[in-house]
Amino acid sequence: MSRYDTDALLALAGSIVDRALAAGATVAEAVAGEERHLSAKVRMREPELVEEAGSRSVGLRVMLGQQVAATYTSDLTEGGISRFVADALELARLSQPDPFAGPPDPSLLCKPSELPDLDLFDESVDSIDAARGLQMALAAEAAALGLDSRLNNSEGASVSRQSGASAIVTSGGFRAARRGTYASIVVSPVADDDDGKKRVGYYWSSRRHLAELMAPEAVGEEAGRRTLAKLGSRKLDTQEVPVIFDPDSGRSLLGLLASCVTGGSVWRKSSYLAERLGTAVASELVTVVDDPLIARAPGSQPYDGEGLRARKNVVVERGTLSSFLLDSYSARKLDMQSTASAARGSSGGVSAGTSNLFLQPGTISPEALLRETDKAFYVTGMMGFGFNAVTGDFSRGASGFWVERGERVFPVSEVTVSLNFDELLKSIDAVANDLDLRTSISTPTFRVRAMTVAGK
Amino acid sequence: MPSPSAYVAPFASGGSAPIDPELARRLLSTALSQGGDYADLFFEYVVSGTYALEERILKSASRAVSMGLGVRVLKGDATGFAYVQELTPEAMTGAARTAAQIAASGAKVAPVAFRAPKVGERYQPRLATFDVLGETKRDLLLRADAAARAADARVIRVEASLNEELREILIATSDGKLAADRQPMLRFTVRVIAEQNGKRQSGSSSGGGRVGLEYFDGKSVEQHAREAVRHALVMLDARESPAGELPVVLAPGESGILLHEAVGHGLEADFNRKGTSNYTGQIGQRVASDLCTVVDDGTLFASRGSINIDDEGNEPGSATLIEKGILVAYMHDQHSAGFFKTSPSGNGRRESFASRPLPRMTNTMLLGGEHDPEEILRSVKRGIYASKFGGGQVDISNGDFVFSLTEGYLIEDGKLTAPLKGVNLIGNGPEVMRRVDMLGTDFALSDGMWTCGKNGQSVPVGVGCPTIKLSAVTVGGTQAG
Repeated sequence: MSRYDTDALLALAGSIVDRALAAGATVAEAVAGEERHLSAKVRMREPELVEEAGSRSVGLRVMLGQQVAATYTSDLTEGGISRFVADALELARLSQPDPFAGPPDPSLLCKPSELPDLDLFDESVDSIDAARGLQMALAAEAAALGLDSRLNNSEGASVSRQSGASAIVTSGGFRAARRGTYASIVVSPVADDDDGKKRVGYYWSSRRHLAELMAPEAVGEEAGRRTLAKLGSRKLDTQEVPVIFDPDSGRSLLGLLASCVTGGSVWRKSSYLAERLGTAVASELVTVVDDPLIARAPGSQPYDGEGLRARKNVVVERGTLSSFLLDSYSARKLDMQSTASAARGSSGGVSAGTSNLFLQPGTISPEALLRETDKAFYVTGMMGFGFNAVTGDFSRGASGFWVERGERVFPVSEVTVSLNFDELLKSIDAVANDLDLRTSISTPTFRVRAMTVAGK
Repeated sequence: MPSPSAYVAPFASGGSAPIDPELARRLLSTALSQGGDYADLFFEYVVSGTYALEERILKSASRAVSMGLGVRVLKGDATGFAYVQELTPEAMTGAARTAAQIAASGAKVAPVAFRAPKVGERYQPRLATFDVLGETKRDLLLRADAAARAADARVIRVEASLNEELREILIATSDGKLAADRQPMLRFTVRVIAEQNGKRQSGSSSGGGRVGLEYFDGKSVEQHAREAVRHALVMLDARESPAGELPVVLAPGESGILLHEAVGHGLEADFNRKGTSNYTGQIGQRVASDLCTVVDDGTLFASRGSINIDDEGNEPGSATLIEKGILVAYMHDQHSAGFFKTSPSGNGRRESFASRPLPRMTNTMLLGGEHDPEEILRSVKRGIYASKFGGGQVDISNGDFVFSLTEGYLIEDGKLTAPLKGVNLIGNGPEVMRRVDMLGTDFALSDGMWTCGKNGQSVPVGVGCPTIKLSAVTVGGTQAG
């Protein structure tokens, strides 16, 4: 049996909606959430931290006609809740009518009989206690540090578990609750380089089901290998060269694409893709899918933040921008249909977002992709925030490896990679098959024909 | 209108569940019951609000109340940590028991009697935002919108927002500190998009601090609006940036964020305690050119990074970290100060009751030098002038950093020529600090807009610096060669 009483959360959210309507709201939507977590961290083979806590909070969005406001509180005393409802109404009176505001189309709401079981909750995750968490973390760190004597320090190893439940009740008639779990392990060893610099590397595993989590030792060994591989890093000469992105760095590029195709940036025209629907925006090798219905995946959800039936959306199909990701509001602004992509934060506010967004894998292995590359910069880490969504200008710090004749030759750090994002997506000339849905935004390894690498 | 004074932390005197010293002492005893060396209680109540204008209307308004208690127990180098939101005696005792478990054995320490540390008065907002009617705040945003649109016909979008916060904290420690503080915060931002010949660019202006609405007497919403428009219009003419190693001149004030990333984080003592910072073991050694004196000062009046008391009940100070290029001190929290056998420097800060304290910067500044800023510019034949920053990141272990500019110019023959787009500066903190070869007389503190992230925790910080010349930095532009 789960410890989460979703009926109680539904009752709490329902009572808030009733109070808001009684106070004069014409639309009221409440979320009630509950969460518990534990993290156990070790460093240099000693326990460093055990953190254990739980929390509950409620969020509310109200409309007075077309005036909108949102409130949040973790003060669930009678006084706290009544203040939270009164605040929402007061703020709605202050805001000004927005002709596009309104609840979602009731005919699109997910019906209780249509709720898919996405298998997002694993009872066994909550069974990790502090002693077991510390033991797993110790094993993971020891595996990393035992790999090589140059791994002589550590930022530590942590094991975390998290579980939670949330309920949504809306005055439009939607009422549902869901639960989820997450377990993760991360190891971060440090090595001294010959030039006196320290090199820190990491590796991690994260899953909704405990049984699918990588073994602590395997995570630690991979973290150790990755850290050692950075020793001897140097700058490259400034040049134009093919660039390969591994899944960790590729994911952050796909995250930038996400920020350009979600409703808010599209109707605000703060995306360079705002007027490009139906046109070529990437090479034919690029298909990008947002799919909330994958069992056990990190970003899966049976319904969106407004209660619409979740659905798979193809955002880019063989290079053509085929769909934006929209909630009801951005759909109305753009005179389109919602794609059931509403994300509702715990604080009550709603905006369009992604679920599991990924770049469709190709057919060749990442090793084969590397072998067929004569010269390239292979990026395994990115730093900084150099992206302008309005223009697509992109320039970020990067580290990784120099590749020659299909082999990694030496590690590289302290360089930047730059290219306008529009050209970058159109220049993707190889996509590998190593997609792993560890995160809600993910890509396999892929290669860009040429980018400016700035170094010496 | 409900009276704004209705927001009272339940744990404060006059609140619904006041914490008296006797209750705090009992909770600390429970926290130490398994043999912990030290324990602290951190009560927090935060009310925050956002008013957001776009498309000429106040489109959304929101408010959030967050409260809870974090209990921490130290045992050697290990920490036990638990928190609760419900401030009932049962819930609080439960959290104290959970945190206590980090210590499985050991001599039991009893909490010592409380004394109140000295608490400064570094913020006294005259027009505390929660005491001002919502309509007044709405008018400020509407004025910003009108000013931006009046400034230039190429402005096609205006967004303006006002964020307000009041954070009440109460700290009780087993070594006898009992301290409280009320920390206000205001942040105002205008962002515009301008369009010309089908090209679009954005510009922005932000500011604030631990102030009330009297902030706008010093810099009006109209000034912010015109600054955002100026920024967007300049960027409409921006061209591709050169790439490679070039001399870089940093504008005064905002560029302090580069210093914050390039050296500041490496001087936070937790990394040095663990031996994972590039500055580990370098106290007394040269880490920057002899022009450089770097100070962290949490005591500046009303600055975004200022505090009356840190989140562990220690007094902030003005600490010189680097003096004429020589590393003299790290920034400490309670834990790292114990390790280095020094006193805490008042840098123990936490995002909220739900996170642990860490050594963090407050207001970090590179002090001014002796060069005329004009002369600094004239000394550069071909380089980059950096005036606005989007943000930056550092790898603490080796000091490698990256910054992206949102406004920068090419310097040719000592003069600013073309505005540039897509510019990144990438380098290594210690190396770049050795390449500081001129410092201006024009020291300035940045307007209050920066938030620093570390280990997933965000805290407000201040930065400041004069015009700085760096002899060479890698510029990540798009034009190779």
